[in-house]
Amino acid sequence: MSTLEIRGLRASVVGKEILQGIDLTVSSGEVHAVMGPNGAGKSTLSAVVMGKPGYQVLGGSVTLDGRDMLALPTWERAVAGLHLVMQYPSEVPGVSLIDAMSEAFAARGRDTSGLADLLGAEADRIGFERRFLERSLNVDLSGGEKKRNETLQMAVLGPKIAILDELDSGLDIDALRDCARRVEDMSNEGLGVLVITHYSRLLTELKPDHVHILVKGRIVASGGPELADQLDTDGYAAFAAPEDLVADAPTPARPVERPGSLNDLFAI
Amino acid sequence: MSVLSPVSMPTTDEEIWRYSRIEELDLSRYETAASVTTVLDAEGLQVEFVAVPEGFSLPDVFAELNAEHMSATVIKVPAHKVVQAPVIVTHQVDLGGVATFPRLIIEAGENSEVTVIERFVTSDDLSPEALVVPVVQVVASQSARVRYLAINQLGDKVWQIGHQQGLGLKDSDLQMATVALGGDYARMRTDVRVAGPGASAKQVALYFAGDDQMHDFRTIQDHDAPYTHSDLLFKGAVQGHARSVYTGLIKIREHARGTAAFQTNRNLTLSEGSWAESVPNLEIETNDVKCSHASTVGPIDEDQRFYLESRGIDPSVAERLVVLGFFDEVLAQLPAGDLVDDLRARVAAKLGAGVR
Repeated sequence: MSTLEIRGLRASVVGKEILQGIDLTVSSGEVHAVMGPNGAGKSTLSAVVMGKPGYQVLGGSVTLDGRDMLALPTWERAVAGLHLVMQYPSEVPGVSLIDAMSEAFAARGRDTSGLADLLGAEADRIGFERRFLERSLNVDLSGGEKKRNETLQMAVLGPKIAILDELDSGLDIDALRDCARRVEDMSNEGLGVLVITHYSRLLTELKPDHVHILVKGRIVASGGPELADQLDTDGYAAFAAPEDLVADAPTPARPVERPGSLNDLFAI
Repeated sequence: MSVLSPVSMPTTDEEIWRYSRIEELDLSRYETAASVTTVLDAEGLQVEFVAVPEGFSLPDVFAELNAEHMSATVIKVPAHKVVQAPVIVTHQVDLGGVATFPRLIIEAGENSEVTVIERFVTSDDLSPEALVVPVVQVVASQSARVRYLAINQLGDKVWQIGHQQGLGLKDSDLQMATVALGGDYARMRTDVRVAGPGASAKQVALYFAGDDQMHDFRTIQDHDAPYTHSDLLFKGAVQGHARSVYTGLIKIREHARGTAAFQTNRNLTLSEGSWAESVPNLEIETNDVKCSHASTVGPIDEDQRFYLESRGIDPSVAERLVVLGFFDEVLAQLPAGDLVDDLRARVAAKLGAGVR
C-alpha cells in the first residue's frame, strides 16, 4: 500500500504564484481525477510533483509513503515510485526506448535480461508497433503513438503512483481506449492514479473514484464521479468566477540560445 | 631533419583564420620529419607517387609547407574496379618536437569504388608536442564512388593544421568524413568541388573537444558545374574549457544552375566554460538553385534531459544518452565499417571523463 500525499502545495512560475495550496491524497488502487479549465495550474501541479526545472515551490509538502519528494531530484522521485505520463512527450533523437528503459532499470537495480521480451509483450498489449521500440524516442510518432509509448513505459517501469497529464490530448479514440484500459488494469493491480484532464472524455474510459475541481491554483470542489457529470452539464462556470476562467498559466522560459550564431533554419 | 624555415603566417584578421589559435603557433619549435605511415589492405592498387593530380590549388601557407616537405601516399584505383575492404592509412604521431607533412592522394578511376580511412594516431601512453600538417586530395572520376574518412585520435598536445580537398567529376559520388576527438588545436579545412554535371558530394563530421582542446573546421561546398548536389552535416560538442569553430561556405558559381546544396552544423555546449561558434555563409551567383543551411549552438535540450530523468535515469546518464544520440546521426553515416563501435565507445568514454 502506497500513498502520495500533497499538502498545502504552493508553487510559482516566472514569479507568478500558480498553485495556491493544493491538498490531495492518492493511495494504491485509487483513481483520482483533477479537472480544471485552462490556466488552473493542472500541468504546473504535475510538473512540480515531478520536479521539472523552472518551477519554484513556495510552500507545502509532497510525500510518497512519508518520504519527502520535494527534497529529491527528479530521477530519484521516479526511482522511488512516482511516474509522470507527459502531455507532450519530448523527442529524444538517437535514444531508443530500449536504451532508455535499460538505463531506467539499471537505476532501479533491476535485471535487464528480460527487458526486450517485456517491452515486446507490453507493446503488443497496448497496440504499439514493435518496430518503434528501437527507434528514437517519440521521433516521428503520431499523437496516439506517443501516448501508447508513454503508457507502455509506465507499465514496464511499474510505478507506485502515476500522474497522467492530459493523457487524452492529441490522440484518437482508439488509442485513448487502449491507454485507458492499460491504466485501469494497472490500477486494479494496485497502481495509484492521478489523472489530470481538461475534458471529461477520458473519464468515460477511465472511471475515477474521486474527482477534484482545480480553479486558479486551488481545489474548489471534491467528490465522487458524479462531480464530473455535473461539470459536463454545467461547465466550469458553476465552480469559478468568470475572470478565473481566462488566462493560460505561464510556462518557464526556455534557455535562450547564445546570440552571435544564426540559430534558425532559413532557406533561399 | 631540419628546422622549419620561417614563413609569413596568417593572422586572425583574415576571416578564414578568425577565432583560430594560429597566433600561438611557433614553427621554429619543430623540426621536419618524415611521417610514420602504414597502409593496410591496398592490395592490387597502384600506390607509387608520380605527381600531384590536377585540379587542386594550395589555399594557404600550410598547404604550401606540405607541398615542400610532404610524405606522400598514393592510392590509385583503376577504372571500373570495386575495392571491397576499406584501405586504412595510419599516421603514427608519437615523436615530440617534429612537424610531419603527410600527403594522401586518392585517385579513383572512372566508375570505380573505394573507401579509404585515414587515421592520425598518438599512442595512448604518450603526449608528444608535435605538429601535423596533412593534406588529402581526392579525385572521384566520372561515375566513381569514393568514401573517405579521417579520424583524429591525436595526443592532447599535438597541433594539426590540415586540408581535405575533394574533386567530384561527372556523375561521381564523393563522401568526405571526419571524426575529431584528439589534438590540442586541431584545424581542418575541407573543400569539396563538384565539377561535373550530376556530381554529388557529402561532407560529414563528428567532433568532440574536452579539457582545453580546440577543434576548428572550415568547409567549402563549391558548385562548379550545373546539376550538382552537395550535403553537409557537421555535429560537434565541447566540454570542460574546450572550444570549437565551424565556418562553412556554400559557393554556387554562375554556371551551376539546377544545383542543390545543404549545410547543417549543430553544436552542444556541455559545460559553462565551453565555447562553440558556428558561422554559415552563402555565395550564390545564379538563380535556379535549392539551398539551405542550419546552424545551432547551445546546451543539451532541457526537455530531453527532463524526459529521461522522469523515467528514473540519473542526470549524468541522461546526458550521456542524449549526447550519444546526438552523434548517432553522424556515426550512422560514416564509412567507418567495423570502426564505428570503437568510435562510439571513444565518444562515450570521453563524455564519462568530462563529468566533474
